[in-house]
Amino acid sequence: MKQYLVPYRIRLGAQWTMVLLNVVAGLSIPPMVGAAIDGPITNGDLVGLWRYAGVVAALGALDALLSLTRRYFQTTTAMAIEADIRDVVYGHLQRLHTGFHDRWQTGQLLSRVTTDLGMIRRFFAGGMVFLIMSTFMITLILAQLLWIEWRLALVVAASAVPLFLLGRGFFKNFLPAARAEQDQSGEVSSVAEESALGIRAVKALGRGPLMAARFGKEAAHLRDLGIRKSYIASRSWSAFDAIASASLGTTLILGSIMVANGGLSLGQLSAFIMLQLGMLWPIEAAGWVLAHGNEAMTAADRIYEVLDTEPAIRDRPGARARDRSAIRGALAFEGVEFAYDDDDRKTLRGVDLAVKPGETLAIAGKTGSGKTTLVSLPSRLNDPTGGRITLDGTDIRDIRLDSLRRAVTTAFEEATLFSMSVRENLALGRPDADEHDLLEALRVAQAEFVHDLPYGLDTRIGEQGLSLSGGQRQRLALARAVVVRPAVLVLDDPLSALDVHTEELVERALEQVLQDTTALIVVHRPSTVALADRVALLHEGRIAAVGRHSELMESSPDYVEVLSAESEEVAA
Amino acid sequence: MTAPVKHDDKHVAWRGRAESVEAERTSAELDDAAAIKRLRSRSRSLLGWMMRPHRRAIAFLVGILVVQNFASMAAPILVMVAIDSGIPAVRDDGDYSILVGIGVAFAVSAVLEYVSLRLYIVQSAKVGNAMLYALRNRVFWKFQRLSVSFHERFTSGRVTARQSSDMESIREMTENGMDDLVMAGLNIITITVVMLVIDPLLAAVTLLTFPLMVMLAKWFSRVSAIAYRRARETVAVLIVYFVESMGGIRAVQAYRREERDKEIFAKLNTDNRHAQAKGHHQNAFMSGGMKGIGHLATVVVLLFGGWQVMQGNTGVGVLAAFLLYMKRFFDPLNELVQFYNVLQSATAALEKLSGVVDEEIEVAEPDEPRSIECPRGEVRFDEVEFYYREDQRVLPGLSLHIPGGQTVALVGATGAGKTTVAKLVSRFYDPRGGTISLDGVDLRDLAEADLRDNVVMITQENFLFNGTIAENIELGKPGATREEIVEAAEVVGAHEFIEALPDGYDTHVRKRGGRLSAGQRQLVVFARAFLADPRVLILDEATSSLDIPSERLVQRALRTILADRTAIIIAHRLSTVEIADRVLVLEAGRITEDGPPEALIASGGDYAELHRQWEDSLV
Repeated sequence: MKQYLVPYRIRLGAQWTMVLLNVVAGLSIPPMVGAAIDGPITNGDLVGLWRYAGVVAALGALDALLSLTRRYFQTTTAMAIEADIRDVVYGHLQRLHTGFHDRWQTGQLLSRVTTDLGMIRRFFAGGMVFLIMSTFMITLILAQLLWIEWRLALVVAASAVPLFLLGRGFFKNFLPAARAEQDQSGEVSSVAEESALGIRAVKALGRGPLMAARFGKEAAHLRDLGIRKSYIASRSWSAFDAIASASLGTTLILGSIMVANGGLSLGQLSAFIMLQLGMLWPIEAAGWVLAHGNEAMTAADRIYEVLDTEPAIRDRPGARARDRSAIRGALAFEGVEFAYDDDDRKTLRGVDLAVKPGETLAIAGKTGSGKTTLVSLPSRLNDPTGGRITLDGTDIRDIRLDSLRRAVTTAFEEATLFSMSVRENLALGRPDADEHDLLEALRVAQAEFVHDLPYGLDTRIGEQGLSLSGGQRQRLALARAVVVRPAVLVLDDPLSALDVHTEELVERALEQVLQDTTALIVVHRPSTVALADRVALLHEGRIAAVGRHSELMESSPDYVEVLSAESEEVAA
Repeated sequence: MTAPVKHDDKHVAWRGRAESVEAERTSAELDDAAAIKRLRSRSRSLLGWMMRPHRRAIAFLVGILVVQNFASMAAPILVMVAIDSGIPAVRDDGDYSILVGIGVAFAVSAVLEYVSLRLYIVQSAKVGNAMLYALRNRVFWKFQRLSVSFHERFTSGRVTARQSSDMESIREMTENGMDDLVMAGLNIITITVVMLVIDPLLAAVTLLTFPLMVMLAKWFSRVSAIAYRRARETVAVLIVYFVESMGGIRAVQAYRREERDKEIFAKLNTDNRHAQAKGHHQNAFMSGGMKGIGHLATVVVLLFGGWQVMQGNTGVGVLAAFLLYMKRFFDPLNELVQFYNVLQSATAALEKLSGVVDEEIEVAEPDEPRSIECPRGEVRFDEVEFYYREDQRVLPGLSLHIPGGQTVALVGATGAGKTTVAKLVSRFYDPRGGTISLDGVDLRDLAEADLRDNVVMITQENFLFNGTIAENIELGKPGATREEIVEAAEVVGAHEFIEALPDGYDTHVRKRGGRLSAGQRQLVVFARAFLADPRVLILDEATSSLDIPSERLVQRALRTILADRTAIIIAHRLSTVEIADRVLVLEAGRITEDGPPEALIASGGDYAELHRQWEDSLV
């Protein structure tokens, strides 16, 4: 956490100094008023009174001004720190591998960059300032108490012992409670997000009430955790109050006895008590401040949980950048194995496959044969758990990630579109693409419907491109991949949602693009196979056969089973 | 076509232009003064709705605070008694009884304070959390009932923002502040009374500062409402961007979007920071101003009171006491200023939420729902008109009768209106003209639960929820047994791959089903729909992600399943169409061909041509 404060150390120092000055200014007004009453007013000195009033006015103005400026800068600084950390967390999340994101619900991540950071901010702007102020005040007051009557002051100071013990117990219980509440608040956000994103699935089945019941359960749990937290808080906060009162009572009784015995003057006792009254509220509020501090601590823990996760996919030491133009596009899988981390069985069990520069290779295989896993490997969205993949003979892990992904572009079957302009969605992988590139890509993907949108390329398309049809979304995703003009293009069933006619048009246009591009295409249908020079059949995690479509149709019964529509069903 | 977005404004251009300016708002949130006034009153009534069930608990809490307030006043009185009577008694008579009494009184007040505070903390947390719970549920349920078209423009990120950030803002208000409010209120009342009793003239002088304070508060109320309203919007945009880029992380990484994303996010983050800071800065001014007014009052009373003392109109003691009370009058006000800030922020959040709560539901549940006694699955379109945008009519007036049990395939070019027909039957939208009925009952009169029991649509979207495979299939029929779930999976041919997963049916699908391929997700969705066992099944490109062997299995299953139910199938793969009893060719929202597939092929029309193309593609 400290590293985020360092850039603001001067500001924070200035601020905290202002806080102290503010306390001093505030505390110096009553004595001046007292002096005015004792002096000029009692003596009937009108000129003197004006003088005192002037001093009080000046101090008051200073107090108000300090209060204004310190609050102003307190929030400015706290918010700047909050925003800094948010940027860092976001950047880090962007680098974390997809395996991490598969496991973490978006709501959990979101609650970290919003709610948790908010708690940290509030602590810096509120609780911490208060802590400094009250520590300062208590010290000042305690010093005066010691000056007046040290034995009584020690009695007051002794109340620090139970306060400390209570505070420690509070920490032990409150921390896990605060943490549980924060975690649950992330769950609630997750359910809210998921049920909005899946609204059509929910509506199509009429499961709104079920979803509401589920959400209600999570929300009820959050409510109960909030209440549980208050039980813990109530035990110590109210004890803080009681101890402060008891301490006041004790000094009053002891002090009265000392006065009665002549050990203390009446004036001294009343001064002592008055001062001690001034100590009451900082102690009473200590519980509240501690709670804020605790919440900020667990919030920071939650954020560090994410920040401390290292991206599993990163540059190896000594990885080198590759110039896009120098890449020929020879892609080879050498004994590639892959297993999900929770599965001891391998999805890919030794894939050997070589794609020549400029060649288009189709991959066919039954559901679950590992096709989708396979195509996630060349651009390192996953890393193989065994074997290696090479690009122009170099292990792709020795190529700097950004230059690898510049050379190898992957488009998934599911077209992820963002709530942004069509232009921005298309230029996702090549921000410098010009109008001509975009139009050309739209033509290749037969996505010219874009021109009929209300604002053409500048139209904002909905989340996931919701207002577009599946076929339109898929064509935009394809156009997006084409815009990049990569050396190696990896497409996961890119035409599945297109009708036969459009598919044919796309294929014809795509052929030109694929001429000088290495391509790896997952296919489900014979029509898409037409794009490929060769086809590889993936069967139970291995390449079972490679060859031309017509060859495989003759030599491989498995291939026929996977790709031939000439089944009894269709013929019927 | 309208003018393109200005590209020199690089930071805004990426968002593109929404079809309508209201895209990100509920219709309640307009900018004009009257709308804002309405919004304020709506948010107040929402707050009232939240508090109403807890009236008694809130009254009880106020009671506790009053007790606490008096307990805290006991200390000065006890000190006075000790000094005035306790000490002389000990000194003169060696009588400790008064001091003992004071000790007991202190002990009692400490215990009372302990008990009342403890009670207050727990009770207020209960009330606050219960109010939030009710609000969360109400908003959630409202979002669930709002139409698909609403969600399409509002986006899930914004829904999440309402449920997280806005709720958080309200939580902050319920957590801290009510005690400040009540305590300050009590203090102000009691001390005003005391001041008036001690010296009415000086009290009047003090109260003269009131208009100043009111003016300051009004100023803050006005400007901070604008600032916090804006802050609610900037934070929502930030959340939308965050949620979408995390949801689409694969695309982000595959296209090396990280840097651009960071750049845009940093900009949104900065916008939000400035928007949030604005309200807080205004609050700093108000806080400084309040202190200044308090000090000004002190100076005026000191001068005026001092002069009065010199004139002999009042005593020194009175002035001294008065000045002390003034301090106790203004100090809690400063606390209140902080609470006012939190309140303003929460009000802005409440405005947003009340906008959601009051949003009109386009596809509303009927007031007097009718139900279908024994559903046959007969679907009828009568002169149905539909458009998404008024200038582009999708269906100009479609009439169609599908008898119960018939399997109908819709074919036609992209944009012919096939999906629209599917969405209308599942009532994602209501027709703009004409009626659609199921077994003779207008869909708009049909109870939601009845409609959903009878009509289920599968799309290519394949949405999987967080949870296991079994849980995802079970959604089709909540409470289904494991046997039923397995059976459904077996029927659609999903059983084999599910069994091969590490934990079989109990394998967690991970976020959005990231564990599975698109084809696998589609099979799970199929199993889910089959388990639902509806009278009318709509398949909108539901087999597009399947490979041929899986498709074959699904088709075999469909033949059995669809035997006794109505089905509407949209598929560009005519293999799926061939199981239909009847094919409709749609062109620009009109039916151009209608008949059994064989007959249409023989007739040599558009369908015959499509069929020929498709057969060519198989080779």
